[in-house]
Amino acid sequence: MSDSTKQDCLTVSRRAFLKTFGTSAAVAATAQVEAVAEELQKANQEKIYGPETVPITLQVNGSPIKLQVEPRVTLLEALRNHSHFTGAKEVCDRATCGACTVLLDDLPIYSCSKLALEAQGHAITTVEGLAENGQLSKVQQAFIDEDALMCGYCTPGFVMSVTALLKKNPHPTAEEVQHGCAGNLCRCGTYPRVLRAALKAAGVPLTSQTEVISYAKLA
Amino acid sequence: MPSWPEKRSYIGSLAKRVDAPAKVSGAAKYSSDVQPEGWLYGMILRSKWPKAKITKINLEKAARLPGIKAAVLAREGERIVRFYGEELAAVAGLTKQACLDALRAIEVEAQPLPFVVREEDAREESSPRVWDEQPNYSRPQPRDRGDVDKAFGECAAVVEGFYSTPVQIHHPLETHGNTISWTGDNLTAWSSTQGISSVRDGLAGNLNVPQNQVRVICEYMGGGFGAKFGPGVEGALAARLSQAAKAPVKLMLTRFDQALAVGNRPSSFQKIKMGATADGKLHAYQLESFGTAGIGAGSSEGGSGGAAFPAPYIYTVPNTRIAQASVAVDAGSARAFRAPGNPPASFGMESIMDDLAVKMDIDPVEFRLRNDPSEVRQKEYRLGAERFGWKQKYKKPGTSPGPIKTGVGCAGARWATGGGGTQAQAQVSPDGSIEIRCGTQDLGTGTKTVIAVIAADLLGLKPEQIQVRVGDTNYPPSGASGGSTTCPSVAPAICDLCTNVLQELQKHSGLAEVRGENWLAACKKLGVDPLLVSGKWQEGLSGSGAGGVQFAEVAVDTDTGFVKVKKITCIQDGGLIVSKLTCESQVNGGIIMGLGYALYEERIMDRHSGVLLNPNFETYKLPALADMPEIDVVLLDMPERGVIGIGEPVTIPTAAAIGNAVANALGVRVGSLPITPAKVLAALGKVDKPA
Repeated sequence: MSDSTKQDCLTVSRRAFLKTFGTSAAVAATAQVEAVAEELQKANQEKIYGPETVPITLQVNGSPIKLQVEPRVTLLEALRNHSHFTGAKEVCDRATCGACTVLLDDLPIYSCSKLALEAQGHAITTVEGLAENGQLSKVQQAFIDEDALMCGYCTPGFVMSVTALLKKNPHPTAEEVQHGCAGNLCRCGTYPRVLRAALKAAGVPLTSQTEVISYAKLA
Repeated sequence: MPSWPEKRSYIGSLAKRVDAPAKVSGAAKYSSDVQPEGWLYGMILRSKWPKAKITKINLEKAARLPGIKAAVLAREGERIVRFYGEELAAVAGLTKQACLDALRAIEVEAQPLPFVVREEDAREESSPRVWDEQPNYSRPQPRDRGDVDKAFGECAAVVEGFYSTPVQIHHPLETHGNTISWTGDNLTAWSSTQGISSVRDGLAGNLNVPQNQVRVICEYMGGGFGAKFGPGVEGALAARLSQAAKAPVKLMLTRFDQALAVGNRPSSFQKIKMGATADGKLHAYQLESFGTAGIGAGSSEGGSGGAAFPAPYIYTVPNTRIAQASVAVDAGSARAFRAPGNPPASFGMESIMDDLAVKMDIDPVEFRLRNDPSEVRQKEYRLGAERFGWKQKYKKPGTSPGPIKTGVGCAGARWATGGGGTQAQAQVSPDGSIEIRCGTQDLGTGTKTVIAVIAADLLGLKPEQIQVRVGDTNYPPSGASGGSTTCPSVAPAICDLCTNVLQELQKHSGLAEVRGENWLAACKKLGVDPLLVSGKWQEGLSGSGAGGVQFAEVAVDTDTGFVKVKKITCIQDGGLIVSKLTCESQVNGGIIMGLGYALYEERIMDRHSGVLLNPNFETYKLPALADMPEIDVVLLDMPERGVIGIGEPVTIPTAAAIGNAVANALGVRVGSLPITPAKVLAALGKVDKPA
């Protein structure tokens, strides 16, 4: 291999590699190569995006949002920085905390780890889209009633996770709520009350928690 | 003189958090959410060297990139950076992507210098100096009280132990940062802060503009825990970027930045010797400790001076010898962190309390009752032991059968709290609506709710009728929110304010009774102009000093080393409880943060590269929902003391109580936080001691 070929090999893209592969080696008609050829065909049909901005349309809370963004823009950034949906929060920006949770169709996802481009064609629900006719959802109301929030920065994420859980499983056990919220972190320490709120929203009767005892009456 | 009403409908009730609807619906706009017209994204370039001489930074290429509107240096000229992550430059651009590209295009010339990032290394005389002018560590001069050597000779039992606590990172979920906008010479900063006034003063000083030209707004903020008092380097950079770009700039730190540069709780390494006389009374105590506050005071905004802590913690010992030192390392500076100094102090002291109690064959609760000078905690221990079932649950250390061993422990805490210096204003409109303005801030602790329930009770209205406005330096001044002082500072001012409102309204309306059902009629008599009334903090409505005790029950798997906290019982002195619901939430929160300190949290520096190894949540572990124990909270109502703050005391004893419970379960002590499975197994002799 000459130096220039070596150079070409190093700089060739995956797509170009597949193309080269397709026109030469795939001639050998083995089953394996056919599979590769099929892969190649798909690859050739894929539209190439970027690095320039591209127009995208997101269905957010039932309405289409038209944006012009770079393909590397995440759904979270598209919502927070390129439009006005700031309910989902950026906290870790790498799928560890859940503050950016939104629903993609009915599935809770980390919007920090989904490209905006790829979220097209799905129904995206953010915390702003849960209220109906100005009426907060059952989950939101339960968070208020149980004080399942303090600073509130993780709250939209928890509300979305619990909402998704109850859609899938309207009568979860405490363990199932723990599992449903396993992807959400809170720093203020609202967890016990998030659990209560989730159970309350699922219709589980709760008993009162804290007691206030008069110091003067203590022995 | 204003006084708390005898009959309280909302004060001390479960009245709901007034800003909860905004927070559950996404309507609450945090500093990171505001989007002033034409706002730009801001980002900071940080040192990738733990220590280096920066000889040149070239911003030209970065500034020319498409979408970039401004690029500024953190500091002009040659300089030394002293930790991995120190600020070098900042850019503002149309998108985050433009900024990311620009940060990569900044050319930095630097000469790497020798560094040291671990306490034990930095203590060596041969280690590279963090600050040229002083050694990293100086052996401290012991301070003696009483005759310590003689006293140890008089003890019936003496124990020695080594206890350590890690550097803990605040990690509020909303990172530090500001959105800053200039209008001519006037600047508005939406700041994520615990002190709008301290940010205003800091920005004014930093930018050399008069304080009356700086307005700081913080309507909602996503947690601070002690790390968010000033504008920080990031605030000054955002302001300069905004000035240069002639557009508003939002510069929120990344999580990575957050872990490096904006504060932490100092570590502690505590060698303690303690003895008691035959009657179980503490008699002699000796402490030699060191810890690190990073590069320490001076160069990082909000830097805390050192790693000292109160000793001996909460107990009275007649003979003491104390030698505490700080060790400088090339890492981000410490800042105040929820009850500064107290959790490490509590962990060391309460651990050796149990070790001594075990040696003397005295029940740990009984041992505390003999030695704790606080009458409040004495009662709390008795109540708590009963409620927790201490007598039934406490067994001799290590006697729990089977591979999963259970154990119990307890610990106590003290915190100063106390209030002062807050003013507030009410505007009562002829249509009966009322707005209360106070230049405090609500960190999620419930300050707005506190204001609403007090006003509602005093005025005979409902909390939802009170429009509460906080978090704006245009409102009457209040202090920064630290030291658990917000509630005892704000509540009395609102009490005074509402007392004045009633008087003024009586005067202006000519009606004798203006509260409750007469409120609207009285307001209508105001005519056209609203009534503007002021109030301020008054003596006698708040108290100081808070005591609490906690009990922990754990199950430790001796095969895996995994610790599960099963139950925490907390008995907390609450003074006059203003908002039961938000108070209880804060107690939960303190316990949970203490649980993280006990079992999971630790900043890990790499001694070879000088970098932080766990800058995000997949490696810096926070407690999660499934880690939650059963939490049983009892608030002691002491209305005669007035209002106190409880945010800090409740986080102090948790780790010590858990540590004691683990020691009780295992029969051996894990004296180092966090109590990881590796340390548990090492304590049991099943694996080597972790490095």
